[in-house]
Amino acid sequence: MLAVQNLCLRLNGKSIIDDLSLEVKQGEIHGILGENGTGKTTIAYLIMGVNNYKPTAGKIIFDGRDVANLSVSRRARLGISLAWQEPARIEGLTVRDYLRLSGNNFGIEQIKNCLRMVGLEPAQYLDRDIDATLSGGERKRIELASVLAMRPKLAILDEPDSGIDIVALPLILNGIVEMNRQGSSVLLITHSEKMAEIAHRVSILCAGKIIRTGAPLETNQWFKDNCRTCLHINEPQTEVI
Amino acid sequence: MISQSVAKEYQGMLDAYEKAGGDKNALKSKDIAKLVIHKNRVLSNDGVKGINIKTRETKSGVNVNLQVEEGAKIPHPVHLCFGVLPKEGLQEIIMKVNAEDNSEVSVIAHCIFPNAVKVIHKMDADINIGNNARFDYKETHYHGEFGGIEVIPKAKIRVGKGGVWQSTFTLSQGLVGKLDYDFEVFCEEKAVAELVVKAYGKGSDEIKVWEKIHLNGTGARGLAKSRIVLSDKAKAEVKGETYGNAPLARGHVDCIELVNGKEAVARAIPIVSVTDGRAKVTHEAAIGSIDRKQVETLMARGLDENEAVDVIVRGILR
Repeated sequence: MLAVQNLCLRLNGKSIIDDLSLEVKQGEIHGILGENGTGKTTIAYLIMGVNNYKPTAGKIIFDGRDVANLSVSRRARLGISLAWQEPARIEGLTVRDYLRLSGNNFGIEQIKNCLRMVGLEPAQYLDRDIDATLSGGERKRIELASVLAMRPKLAILDEPDSGIDIVALPLILNGIVEMNRQGSSVLLITHSEKMAEIAHRVSILCAGKIIRTGAPLETNQWFKDNCRTCLHINEPQTEVI
Repeated sequence: MISQSVAKEYQGMLDAYEKAGGDKNALKSKDIAKLVIHKNRVLSNDGVKGINIKTRETKSGVNVNLQVEEGAKIPHPVHLCFGVLPKEGLQEIIMKVNAEDNSEVSVIAHCIFPNAVKVIHKMDADINIGNNARFDYKETHYHGEFGGIEVIPKAKIRVGKGGVWQSTFTLSQGLVGKLDYDFEVFCEEKAVAELVVKAYGKGSDEIKVWEKIHLNGTGARGLAKSRIVLSDKAKAEVKGETYGNAPLARGHVDCIELVNGKEAVARAIPIVSVTDGRAKVTHEAAIGSIDRKQVETLMARGLDENEAVDVIVRGILR
């Protein structure tokens, strides 16, 4: 479904993404696990094509086609979508209308279901604006609901658990699993091994490089043992990792 | 007996009113107070129990006296429809409003100038909101695509003890032409005032907005809010002033101007002043291009860039 091949991004002479290769298979939840500053969000932005990020080198193959030079809209129409780590707030745009932008012609009941799947009561949220009156956690859940409404082929979820309270976290996890069950492949970007447990495979990111890919249990353990204690965050040294 | 020309004018106003988003049926209902004025001619004037509307036609417009009786709670919004249908014309509305103590009313005004090439529309309002009275005023303009119009709404509003004044002025359909909006509110004890202006400037439109709120009574509250979007060569200057002159007065100026074009020019001048140590007034103003992240958020849902900008603009002017 998605094959990122030898991707590089240099900004102001500094290497941010370094010869990164990654594959997300059809129907897979693929976790990207990494500490802060390792380039997780940058990967999300490069695949979605936002923030003016253009790869310095490499390819982003989606459904057999290199999308690296396509606009954000074109990529979205091909079936890629992104739930931002810190979603934008838009005055005057209601939750109902935001979820309807997905283009799936969802009826109101389907829209309501998307909200319920992330633990939000539709009656309380449908007519609210996605503006500063929402808390960070509420806005994040609405972002996830909007991706659910879109039913993309590939959902990129950037730190979907950050800012989510402990009560709502299981709902978010269920929402992601349900999204996957409904047919979306998921690129799950997180710094939490707990979150990565729902993935089919997990890749560990360090200094803009994938340094290990494998099954969740062993990869998460390896991350815990090596990356959590690493003194060289973002500067991988072979003797340490 | 209504003359044919008056009937034709009235029908023309009704049609334009509907095109501008107004509810034509409301203008036909006997349960709804309404006033329809074309140029300097009163085409319809119907009060309901609790509301008295008196008019006097002048050479250039109409003098209107609107009274809401003490304690009257008007169940349906009062509809006002002002306009000039020909390409040229002058309309001066001199309005005197008295919402007596403990009354409640909501007024929806549509101002319609669909063919304006050289039209001036002036409104000069003197408004008194009694103690514990509530007055909601929504004014929506519909202008054509020629931009040949000057709109000059001015109002002085006094809000009595515990009274509420809320107004929203919206000019987002058609070209603005020239807008010179100037509303000034004086709030007594525990009175509340909210002034909201929304405008979308295009072409060579010139927008001037001046909102002033004087919080003169203990515990008075005020909000001066403006949302302006500019494209092409449009220009806007927004002045939001709030004066905290009494204990526990709270005021806020909130201005956002979005510039969607290299030649559009936006200015914001917030003035906040406190003359009582227990009052507090604040302001926030944001001027700039449309937020890229907002645009990309919508593009990541499949909208193209223009559609995304349109959703953002419509949202801010909603």
